[in-house]
Amino acid sequence: MDIKRRDFLKAVAGSGLLIASNPGQAFAITRPPKNMPPEAVGMFYDSTICIGCKVCQHACKEFNNRPAEHTIRPPEMVDRVWDNPVDLSAKTLNIIKAYRHGTGAGKNNEVDGFAFIKRHCMHCVDPACVSACPVSALTKDPKNGVVSYNKDACIGCRYCQIACPFNIPKFEFDEPFPQIRKCQFCNHRFAEGKYSACCEFCPTGASIFGPAKDLLEEARKRLTLNPGDYYDYPVQTVNSNQRLKQKAAKYINYIYGEKEVGGTQYIMLSGVPFDKLGMPVLSESSDVALSEGIQHTLYKGMLAPVAVLGGLLFAVYRSTRNKE
Amino acid sequence: MIDESKPIGGKILTKPFMFFSAIAAIAAILLIKRFIFGIGAVTNLSDGYPWGIWIAYDVVVGTGLTCGGYAISLIVYVLNKGEYHPLIRPAVMASLFGYTLAGVSIFFDVGRYWQAYNPVLPKYAQVNSVMLEVALCVMAYIAVLWIEFTPVFAEKWTDKFRIVSRPLNKVLFVFIALGVLLPTMHQSSLGTLMVIAGKKLSPLWQTAYIPLLFLISAITMAYAVVIFESLISAIALKREMETPMLSKLSLYMVGLTVVYLIVRLGDILLRGKLLLAFNGDFKGFMFIVENLLFILPFFLLSSPSKRNNPKMLFYAAISMLLAGGLYRFDTFLIGFDPGPGWQYFPAFSEIMITLGLISIEIVGYMIFVKKLPVLPAVRPA
Repeated sequence: MDIKRRDFLKAVAGSGLLIASNPGQAFAITRPPKNMPPEAVGMFYDSTICIGCKVCQHACKEFNNRPAEHTIRPPEMVDRVWDNPVDLSAKTLNIIKAYRHGTGAGKNNEVDGFAFIKRHCMHCVDPACVSACPVSALTKDPKNGVVSYNKDACIGCRYCQIACPFNIPKFEFDEPFPQIRKCQFCNHRFAEGKYSACCEFCPTGASIFGPAKDLLEEARKRLTLNPGDYYDYPVQTVNSNQRLKQKAAKYINYIYGEKEVGGTQYIMLSGVPFDKLGMPVLSESSDVALSEGIQHTLYKGMLAPVAVLGGLLFAVYRSTRNKE
Repeated sequence: MIDESKPIGGKILTKPFMFFSAIAAIAAILLIKRFIFGIGAVTNLSDGYPWGIWIAYDVVVGTGLTCGGYAISLIVYVLNKGEYHPLIRPAVMASLFGYTLAGVSIFFDVGRYWQAYNPVLPKYAQVNSVMLEVALCVMAYIAVLWIEFTPVFAEKWTDKFRIVSRPLNKVLFVFIALGVLLPTMHQSSLGTLMVIAGKKLSPLWQTAYIPLLFLISAITMAYAVVIFESLISAIALKREMETPMLSKLSLYMVGLTVVYLIVRLGDILLRGKLLLAFNGDFKGFMFIVENLLFILPFFLLSSPSKRNNPKMLFYAAISMLLAGGLYRFDTFLIGFDPGPGWQYFPAFSEIMITLGLISIEIVGYMIFVKKLPVLPAVRPA
């Protein structure tokens, strides 16, 4: 074959048109965003009233049977049993991390201050891990929206880890028979009328559990407070009778998790910008919508491949018969 | 597929054969360690970089390099160019090895390998998953390749294959058609896999056009490998070079690369991210190298005399297979950044296991061409 000049130009023009018709992000094939499940439960973390005591971290380990981690072990400490993870891992599904700047004197100050952040699964409204998983090992409960894991389905391909924008699913690389581990909002305790252990044991109300819409309302209410105002912060759950009167700090006017990747069921308030606390800066649209959009546009419920196969069968049949 | 293909014969236990077998044996021992102590015992994989060279090279680059069976079938059967038929068998054989070993690689890369069949169970299949599509498609294609290759065994052991030969020949066209459809699906979907990684993949590679770019680059890479492999085996086995045919094949390769580069560079320009390539970091450097490798063959093959020069064809093929390979490697590893604190460089055992797989491919090639009718019968030079 010689590629004729005309064919070449046609190819050039054709591919140019293809690009021009669909520039960049404005992709027409993105599937519509998902909505918060009707009875979605959630968690709300207020960094400004977190004292960094790590009781939540301990409670999480206890109620999820996760072992202690010894990541930092000065020689004199080797024989003591203590838990000192530096980040989330297959052994640590919930962690309090600290931000420190300059003198570190003022709590909730970005400059010369410190602040805490509590990290675990965000329970996205449109979770990338669930869309990525080939075998339904990660699923989102259609009612309460909790994203949970089923080891009997999992093949251990770790595509969920590639997909998650928050790097939440953790894999047991050092186990011969590994599993994915992640926060499931202690949904194994729901049946007994209980809720996430981290919220149950939080002494200040920094972590509270409850219906996602009530939590969002609570977060919005706090953003209207003036720094120094006294406010009755609910403890354990958003609608709890137990309240703790505390002074409101100066909030950053932003609810992290309200819009990120289409919304999450874990929302946060803070006095320090969230990117300083290590939270990823994400867009409001979910990458899941584009990924599923591309896939389903190309495949059209397997009709497209079947049609192409029909054409191929004809072409191959013709060319193999011609030869004989 | 009744071509005058012949086994080339010769001694099996050559020095290169022993060398590559030894590497494969080392890899096998390291794999025992992986199954006893877990993936972490032989790799540097982490929760930030859950996929390393076993996926990026063995599967993503590996199946791209060896999809010659697909790329040549496109020309022979879809464009109906019978003259390329002699290239089919070696190309299908390369695909056979490449895909089968990619399958093997996936088996020891997945953590819960004893459940590796779960994607085929309807109760578990999750149809929104790009991975499901890739998994099912690659599994099906490995089976199709072995069936497509059966006539080669049938010619060698005529009596043993008599029962299947005749009915198989009647329906073989169905498998050839599937052999074109399935790679079209999974070679593009391999790229789509990374769309969901969102911002973790650098904007130099993250685009909704990934599936198209992966598909085109798979085909150009495959033509490059067919040219490369044909010239290498002509030299190594002292056979006549198929230069005129390869020269024509190189035009398909270059023509498709034009389309590729327009989509690739057009997309990045329209997204306004091209400047990222020039901010002096490693990612930008790799982007530039990758695209220069795609462009280089245009200069190497700019005239008919250059295209008929085996040396130029050889260099152009190397450039193109490195280009396609690097594009895939960049998309899966170098352009991937899960955030601060994570890094990845493959462990020694991890690299040895990948080298072991490549060695098995080479050893398998040596045995197959010597014992089975794969390469075209030698014409008097």
